[in-house]
Amino acid sequence: MLAAAAVEMHELVSRILARHKKDPSSLIPVLQDLQDELRYLPKDCLTMVAHGLGISPATVYGVATFYAQFSLEPKGKYVIRICDGTACHVRGSSPLYQAICKRVQLEDGRATSANGLFTVETVACLGACVLAPVAMINDKVYGQMTPEAINIILDELEKEEEASDHICKTAS
Amino acid sequence: MSWVAVNNQRVELNGEESILAVVRKAGVDLPTLCYHPELSVYGGCRLCLVEVKGRGVVAACHTPPEEGMRIHTNTDQLRFLRKMALELILAGHERECTSCSRSGTCRLQELAERFRVDKPRFQRQAPAQAVDDSGPALIRDPKKCVLCGECVRVCAEWQGIGALSFSKRGARMSVSTAFDLPISETSCVNCGQCAAVCPTGALVVKAQMDAVWQALADPEKIVCFQIAPAVRVAIGEEFGLAPGHSTTGRLAAALRRLGADRVFDTSLAADLTVLEETAEFLERVEAGERLPLFTSCCPAWVKYAEQSYPEYLDNLSSCRSPQQMLGSLVKRYYRTELGVQPDQIVMVSVMPCTAKKFEAQRPEFATAGIRDVDFVITTQELAQMIREHGLEYTALPEEPLDEPFAVPTGAGIIFGVTGGVSEAVLRRAYEVLAAEPAHEVEFTEVRGFEGLRSCELTIGDRVIRLGVVNGLANAAELLREIQAGTVHYDLVEVMACPGGCVGGAGQPISRGDSAVRRRRGVGLYLGDGQQKVRRAQENPAVAAIYERWLGAPGSSEAHTALHTVYSHREGHRSEADAVCVRNDTVRTTA
Repeated sequence: MLAAAAVEMHELVSRILARHKKDPSSLIPVLQDLQDELRYLPKDCLTMVAHGLGISPATVYGVATFYAQFSLEPKGKYVIRICDGTACHVRGSSPLYQAICKRVQLEDGRATSANGLFTVETVACLGACVLAPVAMINDKVYGQMTPEAINIILDELEKEEEASDHICKTAS
Repeated sequence: MSWVAVNNQRVELNGEESILAVVRKAGVDLPTLCYHPELSVYGGCRLCLVEVKGRGVVAACHTPPEEGMRIHTNTDQLRFLRKMALELILAGHERECTSCSRSGTCRLQELAERFRVDKPRFQRQAPAQAVDDSGPALIRDPKKCVLCGECVRVCAEWQGIGALSFSKRGARMSVSTAFDLPISETSCVNCGQCAAVCPTGALVVKAQMDAVWQALADPEKIVCFQIAPAVRVAIGEEFGLAPGHSTTGRLAAALRRLGADRVFDTSLAADLTVLEETAEFLERVEAGERLPLFTSCCPAWVKYAEQSYPEYLDNLSSCRSPQQMLGSLVKRYYRTELGVQPDQIVMVSVMPCTAKKFEAQRPEFATAGIRDVDFVITTQELAQMIREHGLEYTALPEEPLDEPFAVPTGAGIIFGVTGGVSEAVLRRAYEVLAAEPAHEVEFTEVRGFEGLRSCELTIGDRVIRLGVVNGLANAAELLREIQAGTVHYDLVEVMACPGGCVGGAGQPISRGDSAVRRRRGVGLYLGDGQQKVRRAQENPAVAAIYERWLGAPGSSEAHTALHTVYSHREGHRSEADAVCVRNDTVRTTA
């Protein structure tokens, strides 16, 4: 690992640990803050958290892998959650899921697209059964989804990305 | 007097914390898999279910008894539930019992038989994980794990390390190291207590029996064995003798029948340790520096100190452990008397300990690629070899061990029990500090089986403060107090295993029965009492070793042969941490 990246990571962890007063019982809030910052929990960060809180790295790993909210793999900029609860399932969440996987070109069981833009997950229920089938992209809920509709939404998102990339490039 | 009814039988309550304890007091052996009397209660296996009138089915291990409770332990419903729970546990368990080293001592096997689970209906759901045999002492096979969590708890609660934890959830849940790293890359200290509490073969000791058989069969090799103190009072359990029954002479007889050329006593090397360590101790007391002196006989403790308390490495006694002292003496001096090359001698230790396997492999204990101790087998492994050979252990005669490492003093024998090293050192130190021999040989102040003990002794015009610890979590607590300045000690003895080496993970399986460990300890104290010479400094064999080879305790020759150095080692640390530590060092030195 590059020294600069390591120091940056160390500073981020130190800042978050200080915010929680290095209290071992704050492990979950600490991991949540870390995940908010980095969109995932790198192994090195988890080890630093363990040393900082005085708990074993194995215990931290256990907690980080227990909760579905934490990811040890880098997540895409857009996290797409397809509801596969009973209502959504009978209203066609499976074809929806297949369509998205195909659209963002997920390969060999991976959950995140090669360009790092999209992560696709299923959840047991989003609690919006009346809108079944439901998808969530980051914090936004999309009801009564179809493969066609989701493709349009994803097209829009990709277009936005290209546009912002272009702005960045011209600005620099 | 309050009472409960167990299967319509009145049982008086006497402060029991759980229904399980009450039921067992009533003479009913409720099945358990995840319960361990010396660890926290987990309540995960659901085998100790009982029916309580008005409350329904509860787990006995974590339900406190209440006045007037009517408890039933063997109803139709309970039999159904228990069998179902067992079937579900068996679903995730690789059932290759005949080729499993725990066959015959496996608690799951015993329960499956007891509750007649003849046709387990369920199959494993999650993909099986690979076997991890990366470490020097332990092998982990997740396919045999039943998720009882005893290993997780003993590592965290008793040793304060937490090298193992539950990870993931549901059908994918497993016991794993941090990030599923190989065990050799974690902060595991190889104490093996996880294997000692494991009810199945998911955690077993890495055996070296085949290598030893090979050496024994090689006519070019002179195979020397050494027997640790705690082995003699435990190996008999494998052959129906009571715990604590000492069988040193039979061990010698058995080893010779297996093909050993020499059989030595590690206790005699322990006598040497006493002299070297006391010399070191008195020097530090005189100078008033690097106190407390920490003992260094326990290799699990040494590794723990190296990775977790590098700031105290200067305080650690530089003495090698008795195992390594004897190995060094044999390969350095004894072999020259035999007129053979170092690689013609094979040194095999019989130890109660799994961490000794790690210790023997430390690079500093080898010269030109030849190890001072070639192989380490546990008490259990030797018992296995004796069975394999077909010897009837209890019928063997008592034979003497081989000179010049044959007859130890009582001081060397009690090294195998917590407090023993301290007492052995006191028997020597008293004489020097008080400038007269002690009236009593025994220092019973340091005896006992509690995890953390301390005492003060006035010797001559000095007060010597001792701390005696078993369990690394207790050691960590003591170190925190020392760091905080709330306690002060001159000498601290640390043993990682419960009760000291008598409770080592290489010993016959005792299922967390603390009484067994105590009886082994008592056996060692009995052996001490029966020895003609009980102070290390009075051992004529030890005096002869110094005269022939080493000079005096603390001499430079003794230092080369019997002492070692320690260095800070990484337990489990992130790469980024390491980079930052390096940067810090650069900054501070610049």
